[in-house]
Amino acid sequence: MTPSVELDRTSIRIGGHTVLKDVSFAIQPGEFIGVLGPNGAGKTTLMRSILGLLSPHSGALRVFGRTPQRGDSSIGYLPQLRTVLPDLRVRGLDYIASSMHGERWGLPSVSARDRAMIEATLDAVGARNLAQRALSDMSGGERQRLLLAQALIGQPKLLLLDEPLISLDARHQEVVIDVVRQVCRERKITVLFSAHELNQLLGSIDRVLYLGNGQAALGTVDEVVTAPVLSRLYGTDIEVLRAGGHIFVMSRGCDVERVEHTHEHDHDHGHHH
Amino acid sequence: MFAYEFITNAFAAAGIVAVVSGVIGYFLVMRGQTFAGHALSHIGFAGATGAGLIGLPPLAGLVGFTLAAGIVMGLLSERISNRDVAIGVVLALSLGFGLLFLHYYTSFATQATALLFGNVLAVDRAMIATLAVLAVITMAGLAAIMRPLIFASLQPELAEAKGVPMRFIATAFLALVALAVSACAQIVGVLMVFTLMVGPAAAAQRLTTRLWSGLALSAGLALGEAWLGIVIAYRTDWPVSFCIAMLSAIGYFVSFGVRQRHVTA
Repeated sequence: MTPSVELDRTSIRIGGHTVLKDVSFAIQPGEFIGVLGPNGAGKTTLMRSILGLLSPHSGALRVFGRTPQRGDSSIGYLPQLRTVLPDLRVRGLDYIASSMHGERWGLPSVSARDRAMIEATLDAVGARNLAQRALSDMSGGERQRLLLAQALIGQPKLLLLDEPLISLDARHQEVVIDVVRQVCRERKITVLFSAHELNQLLGSIDRVLYLGNGQAALGTVDEVVTAPVLSRLYGTDIEVLRAGGHIFVMSRGCDVERVEHTHEHDHDHGHHH
Repeated sequence: MFAYEFITNAFAAAGIVAVVSGVIGYFLVMRGQTFAGHALSHIGFAGATGAGLIGLPPLAGLVGFTLAAGIVMGLLSERISNRDVAIGVVLALSLGFGLLFLHYYTSFATQATALLFGNVLAVDRAMIATLAVLAVITMAGLAAIMRPLIFASLQPELAEAKGVPMRFIATAFLALVALAVSACAQIVGVLMVFTLMVGPAAAAQRLTTRLWSGLALSAGLALGEAWLGIVIAYRTDWPVSFCIAMLSAIGYFVSFGVRQRHVTA
């Protein structure tokens, strides 16, 4: 069976900086992959490469056995950087509709078929009511669900979700994970789901792809989330503690994931001021 | 009042410009680029006065300068067009240049007020024809790029991934804004293009979240405000631009009130 995503001795560079170096792995159709790793490890870069927005510097990157093409409709994408203008008074239906054949020239139009597809997809993620609501009136969790629905439109075979849990509270995070798992199992969609914390994903993912230090490790949680593998990826001594069904990745007594999370919040804060 | 030719001319010119301003303004508000639109009109002031200095019609200078500036802003879009400070500096510099050109061409100074605040009652047939041509070009251009423009405005990251030529869209759009601003400045002046380009569009977005209804409402509000403004000016002898500005502000704040009641109800 052709893997959904295959990297073969692939190196990816951005502006002289090598993000991934000589990385090889294969993701099989229908797998739910949790993509983890420190900030700057290349989670977003990997997704952009799969979308065909970046070409590998060396080695091969194949998506469904082919070189990725920009605008491939078999890939659904939820970008991490989501510019949502705070005062955007556009209803959910028009927001999603804008992405359907949005690259074509001419006037926008929503056919009855498009509309039915949008509504069915909103139904699938339990967000039918968002079609008529303005984006500016939606909560973070509702927006995320709307974007998830959008990524699912057009029957993609591969779904790239870049940090879909960011800025959601714990309850909404669980809802998003459940919806993704359920819809993708049903439709046999391959999912790459990047996240900061492993624990919420533990019950849902098939395998984990850990990125760090220009390298990648793909395998089951038990194979990958171990002290030797993660020490190599983080480039520092890492301890892995398991307690009560949770896994804690620690560096010198600090929880690595939690520390990174806090940093990110600080950063966001600084940005707004 | 319609017995006077200057009134029918004013209605025709204001009608053409209001529809274009309302439609282009809708996207300006959607993209959060209203300040860029404002800056383009000020750059146009330097263009218009500069054109006067070398003996060209002011509108030619206005269109030339705003178009060039719009294209440059679009090409630099990632670096500059959404940076308020850079735009503000260029805006002030443009007004400065406009003043300099006026300084050297003093006989033109009588037209300065008309440029800054508009003079729709002085519009003649030839100007209406010119405005109509500008309007047709602007609307045709917008119709050609509207679909990817909306996608790129609402979801830039995804649009890029799907192969929308982002820089081209940004540049083409600002070029259209430049044309609309040039036309709009003939009616309400370079200092007051917000009254027709932003006020009605912002009000329309508060009143409806549907795309086509929003566009129609924005154009309709602009048209209504422009025409009613002329009527009020005729009855009261107040300046037309003031009347339009007042109606535009009223429309905007009333739309807020309507939304608020709608939300609490």
